[in-house]
Amino acid sequence: MKFPRVQTVLTVIAAVIPLALLAILLFLGSYAWPAIRFNGLGFLFKLTWNLGNLYANPVTVAGQVVPRGAQYGILVFIAGTLLSSAIALLLAVPLSIGIAVFLTEAVGGTLRELLSFVVELLAGVPSVVYGLWGYAVLIPLVAHQIGPFLRSALGFLPVFAGSVGSGYGLLTAGLVLALMVVPIIASTLRDALLHVPIPLKEGAYALGATHHEVVREVMLPAVRSNLVAASILGLGRALGETMAVLMVSGGALNYLPHNIYSPVTTMAAFILSQLDSALTDPTGMAVRSLAEIAVVLFLISLLVNLVARLLIWQTERRSRVAHG
Amino acid sequence: MSLTARRSPTPRGLRRRRLRGQIGWTLSGLSVLLVAFPLIDLLAVIVEKGLRALSPTLFTQVTNGISGGLWNAIQGTLLLVVGALVFAVPIGVLSGIYVAEWPRSRFAGLVRFVADVMTGIPSVVLGYFGYITMVIGLGWQFSLLAGAITLALMVIPYIARTTELAMLNIGHDIREAGSALGLSQGTVIFRVVLPGALSGVLSGIMLAVAISVGETAPLIYTAGWSNYAWNGSLVHAPVGYLTYVIWTFINQPFASAHALAFAAALLVIALVLLVNAITRTLLQRR
Repeated sequence: MKFPRVQTVLTVIAAVIPLALLAILLFLGSYAWPAIRFNGLGFLFKLTWNLGNLYANPVTVAGQVVPRGAQYGILVFIAGTLLSSAIALLLAVPLSIGIAVFLTEAVGGTLRELLSFVVELLAGVPSVVYGLWGYAVLIPLVAHQIGPFLRSALGFLPVFAGSVGSGYGLLTAGLVLALMVVPIIASTLRDALLHVPIPLKEGAYALGATHHEVVREVMLPAVRSNLVAASILGLGRALGETMAVLMVSGGALNYLPHNIYSPVTTMAAFILSQLDSALTDPTGMAVRSLAEIAVVLFLISLLVNLVARLLIWQTERRSRVAHG
Repeated sequence: MSLTARRSPTPRGLRRRRLRGQIGWTLSGLSVLLVAFPLIDLLAVIVEKGLRALSPTLFTQVTNGISGGLWNAIQGTLLLVVGALVFAVPIGVLSGIYVAEWPRSRFAGLVRFVADVMTGIPSVVLGYFGYITMVIGLGWQFSLLAGAITLALMVIPYIARTTELAMLNIGHDIREAGSALGLSQGTVIFRVVLPGALSGVLSGIMLAVAISVGETAPLIYTAGWSNYAWNGSLVHAPVGYLTYVIWTFINQPFASAHALAFAAALLVIALVLLVNAITRTLLQRR
């Protein structure tokens, strides 16, 4: 009991962080509660988002006052979110492995510094600037080059067949998201590769392995769990990304994507773009339903991050045990 | 040498293995190019179009509809960043110190874990939280304070984690030397360890500045947008910011709006790069 004051003050201040998380969950949840009651589980599985007749007298359904004909289903946005994130990860994971291997094993000195800086810079570019570049450069490129090329090369698969569209859509969103996720995965993987125990590598060389075989058969398997954790972190980023996706995804309402070029909307983009129109609902149920999307998004990202952090924590503990 | 030559596989097998390796290296070099090229193109496009739109009036005039200058947005971005730091620096730094200095306590473990998890919450969700609690709940309407606090919530975990790492970099011997001189725990932490960790702590704050400058989603429904320069009020008055210009004006079918969007993007990128450069020099000096 010599100097308890500093510790007490610091503990109280540090408590702000867990309390903030709790407050976010509580306030969002309680604000969305009437919508959760009204929408039920169908919220997640219905295709149609319809504000209802805002000029007729509201009706009472399930104890909640809502506009006549109002229906809130977010399956379209869940599909858009999952599909664009999946495309992003499918592209970003192999690219990140290539980059991390190149940075740790192929180059050294100034070139490694320079390329690491490029990867860091990629992480520093704000989301809305990616959106601007996507709008100005990537959308015409997808509409006139990448899309037609994919259709002629892979058109036998239904996913790549059909109209290429305007360039706004799933593919463009996935490409932009991939760029944003690569630095997260690549930098984590680079750090892990740098920490692969040297005796492990020397052992493989002593068995006559080539340099690339050491990378492929020894180093990459050694960092597998780091790769999984980093990919999940990247997935979390992609699921919640808002501005860049909003600017290039085209904004689909009430229909599911039929091919990889279709316009889509993600949950995050929808929340941001629809508040103005939801505010025209005099019963407020539309805004509360948007809050319910925020709750769903919050819970998904919480879950994804929990899994990633637990994995990282476990690998750290295991390596600590392994090294004595 | 002769031993390895005898034991190694047939030359043909070795050649194939080497070829596989070369293909592997080529692919990984290619992935670097595939990612570096878009970044270079992005920077080139924004610098080129942004420079063409840059003029002195951008810094003196306020936005007028979809033309005019960007003074209101530049000022608003700076105010929001400073406002976010006012809340985030004390809370983030002190939390980081707590977690670093009492690493064994269960509560510190919880704080560290929650901070990590919070960096993964989508910024738009934080924006919605700010909208519900401050903009309508407390009746502040779109305002500087609501925007700044929302940004602060976003960057506190980053500041806390970097502060913790910086404090942990200072060895135990230094703390023990301080205690051996009869210094109180508080004096050791704040007068001995913290000064040593200062460059790391500052780099965390710089990261927070870079994030705040570049954020859009949490501000749209907390700070709003204003065509006018700041009138000095913390609540009940919306403020402008650069990222809003990028997002909104690029969707307008007018050349003047597009020019402003690219000029704003150039300013945002320049600010982020400047902050990154400051961070690098800070960390190198250590």
